[in-house]
Amino acid sequence: MIAETGHYALILALGVAIVQTLMPLFGARLRDPKLAAVAVPAAQMQFLLVALAFAALMTAYVASDFSVLNVWQNSHSAKPLLYKISGVWGNHEGSMVLWVLILAMFGAGVARYGSNLPDELKANVLAVQGSIAAAFLLFIVTTSNPFIRIDPAPFDGQGLNPVLQDPALAFHPPFLYAGYVGFSMAFSFAVAALLQGRVDAAWARWVRPWTLAAWMCLTLGIAMGSWWAYYELGWGGFWFWDPVENASFMPWLAGTALLHSAVVMEKRDALKVWTILLAIVTFSLSLMGTFLVRSGVLTSVHAFAVDPARGIFILAIMGVFIGGALALFAWRAPVLSQGGLFAPISREGSLVLNNLLLTTACAAVFVGTLYPLALEALTGEKISVGPPFFNLTFVPLIVPLLVAMPFGPLLAWKRGDLLAAAQRLMAAALIALGLSVVLLAVHSRGPWLAPFGIGLGLWLVLGALTEIAYRVKLGETPMAEAWRKLRHLPRSAYGTALAHAGLGLAVIGIVATTAWRTEEILALKPGDNADIAGYTLTFRGVAPRQGPNYRERVAVFSVARDGKFMTEIESSKREFSVERSGTTEAGIHASWRGDLYAVLGDELKDGAYAIRLYFNPLVRLIWIGALVMFVGGGISLSDRRLRVGAPRRAQAKLAPVAAGE
Amino acid sequence: MTMRMGSVHFVLLVGIAMAAFAAPALAVQPDEVLADPALEARARAISAGLRCLVCQNQSIDDSDAPLARDLRLLVRERLKAGDSDQEIVDFVVARYGEFVLLKPRLSLHTAILWFATPLVLAGALLLVWRAQRRRKAANQEVRPLSASEKRKLKRILDEDPGLG
Repeated sequence: MIAETGHYALILALGVAIVQTLMPLFGARLRDPKLAAVAVPAAQMQFLLVALAFAALMTAYVASDFSVLNVWQNSHSAKPLLYKISGVWGNHEGSMVLWVLILAMFGAGVARYGSNLPDELKANVLAVQGSIAAAFLLFIVTTSNPFIRIDPAPFDGQGLNPVLQDPALAFHPPFLYAGYVGFSMAFSFAVAALLQGRVDAAWARWVRPWTLAAWMCLTLGIAMGSWWAYYELGWGGFWFWDPVENASFMPWLAGTALLHSAVVMEKRDALKVWTILLAIVTFSLSLMGTFLVRSGVLTSVHAFAVDPARGIFILAIMGVFIGGALALFAWRAPVLSQGGLFAPISREGSLVLNNLLLTTACAAVFVGTLYPLALEALTGEKISVGPPFFNLTFVPLIVPLLVAMPFGPLLAWKRGDLLAAAQRLMAAALIALGLSVVLLAVHSRGPWLAPFGIGLGLWLVLGALTEIAYRVKLGETPMAEAWRKLRHLPRSAYGTALAHAGLGLAVIGIVATTAWRTEEILALKPGDNADIAGYTLTFRGVAPRQGPNYRERVAVFSVARDGKFMTEIESSKREFSVERSGTTEAGIHASWRGDLYAVLGDELKDGAYAIRLYFNPLVRLIWIGALVMFVGGGISLSDRRLRVGAPRRAQAKLAPVAAGE
Repeated sequence: MTMRMGSVHFVLLVGIAMAAFAAPALAVQPDEVLADPALEARARAISAGLRCLVCQNQSIDDSDAPLARDLRLLVRERLKAGDSDQEIVDFVVARYGEFVLLKPRLSLHTAILWFATPLVLAGALLLVWRAQRRRKAANQEVRPLSASEKRKLKRILDEDPGLG
């Protein structure tokens, strides 16, 4: 019954989404406010229905209802509750329902909090959102229905892919999807603006918080995936330039560019046409990511889809939305007025440079990811494009961006003073350069570029601090005044500084662990010692252990430093009997210097085990940096200016004060 | 989704197919490591650029597939025989084709791949430059007041006593 309710709700949601698309669109065209106003209740109703379907699916998973095909294929009664829940989106059908749920949630958000949006814009935005939802709901109902029953119901399920049974990976997809789908808001606003042939600063003020929220989720989602790969895959890598990773990285790059160009549009009414194009491109890349991962074009575990009909369906959805939006752009963009003049050296100019480099870097990832697929499809010739290619094309574009980054916030709008900005940054530059030189002297055997990479990361962190110091006029005014200014800085200023500093931390982590990681590959017998990076590990042997739905062989190491016992770490190999496959769990001892990382390998002939030890210096800064970026986004999002409905409350609060004065 | 299925992926693909029951193992095994650290470092560097042919976009240095191990051993054998890095890579390419290279060689069929990014950058710079020039031109262009604007100005001038 519950599955049928969910199925029914999904079909109803499809109907509502079609209504949500057509009626407001015609309402806006025919200038019929009643027809246009249908958008609001339709968006909310569609959200409720999709939420009902999602809840039904989750109920079936939690209750282990194996009469539902999807549950049987992806769950097992012995699985811990967390993975029964995450199993809902650990498969193709369920993850598509989650996708649409997040889409509907954003639409309902606009409907609920969009009372201060112009009616026509709101109707158009919700209509575009509705059309995306309709397309994907149709896709789910026709090709990927999660509610199909099997009769007779099997006794137990087939289990979930063990690699997905992991806390970080359980929450990785929802964040990633919130990011992907969140960019649909920017897309819908862009298409609505093109439909109306009008766009103003209020448009950017609306798009920015949605884009920022999506960007935050995507940042965290990508970081979670990379963190998982780091501790789970057993060789301490964190980023592999894998097509599946690139599929999420491209929307992130374009979304980051969009975030910055929307600032220019909001503050200076410039770069309108470009911002609209970027909004379309960003969501198009999100759609492409969904297509690449879901269609099975890239043969990987992500390609749950084995049915080519699905790939063609998503390709059609992509063609309609991307092609349609770009055609609309080509047709209507010339109508949009250009405003806001600025000199090349200005805040606007710096943000143009940001956009230039980010979009080109995105193009580099795009070409590297898709070229092998295109070449094989067209000529049958197979080539590989791996990390060396991306290091050669992507990195040279990002380095100048990072070098220029601290200058941007220090330049004035319209016409900035580069020399003055450089003088303010002098201290940051000298410290960063000094550190590089010291590191160069210490690590004289190379790699000689790495010290400058660390210096670059420090430059970003210090640059962010410099910006805050400049804004509160530190040193120019009395300390008390600077402190007062510091407390009254807009939150968006803190957000910017934190996000930039977070990137700096991540850069330091990436460079340090890439350049200076140490590795030992050893055959150890129980009782043997191994030295790495100042630690002495004693291999204490391997013992079996029973988990909730797996058996594991656990290797125990005691860690000592300078002859003093520090801690014990465990590295295990898990075997999941239901799924008939396994995972490795690395043993990690984290410290401020870096991670000591131990992996258990196969048993060798003479009772020894293959053991891999790593020391990954400062590796944690990568994810701490991502977290700081996320927090920075959150603080910026809580800025009064961006909060929905806040300006009015603020005015209401200010009014009596003003009267009292 | 940003994960890489590494060794686990291989087990899923091949392991399940062979109905083998195996947890993922390590890539480079202790018995493969060369005694000479300089030679071993070269082996690792070469391995990082060679693709494991049965894996998903994974270098032989990262892969635990038997074929990857064979290739790693081959690379080390050639190193011990005194081949240069380039000779070894050429040898592997001659055997397995260019597919094995994670950094494709520049040739006719990879020209687009290699030149696309510089071209995009050049195109974007050109666009920015043109937009900037257009903006300047639009700024310098002096438009005469329209009839309604002239009337409005006259009215303001007439009304404002302070300017008289």
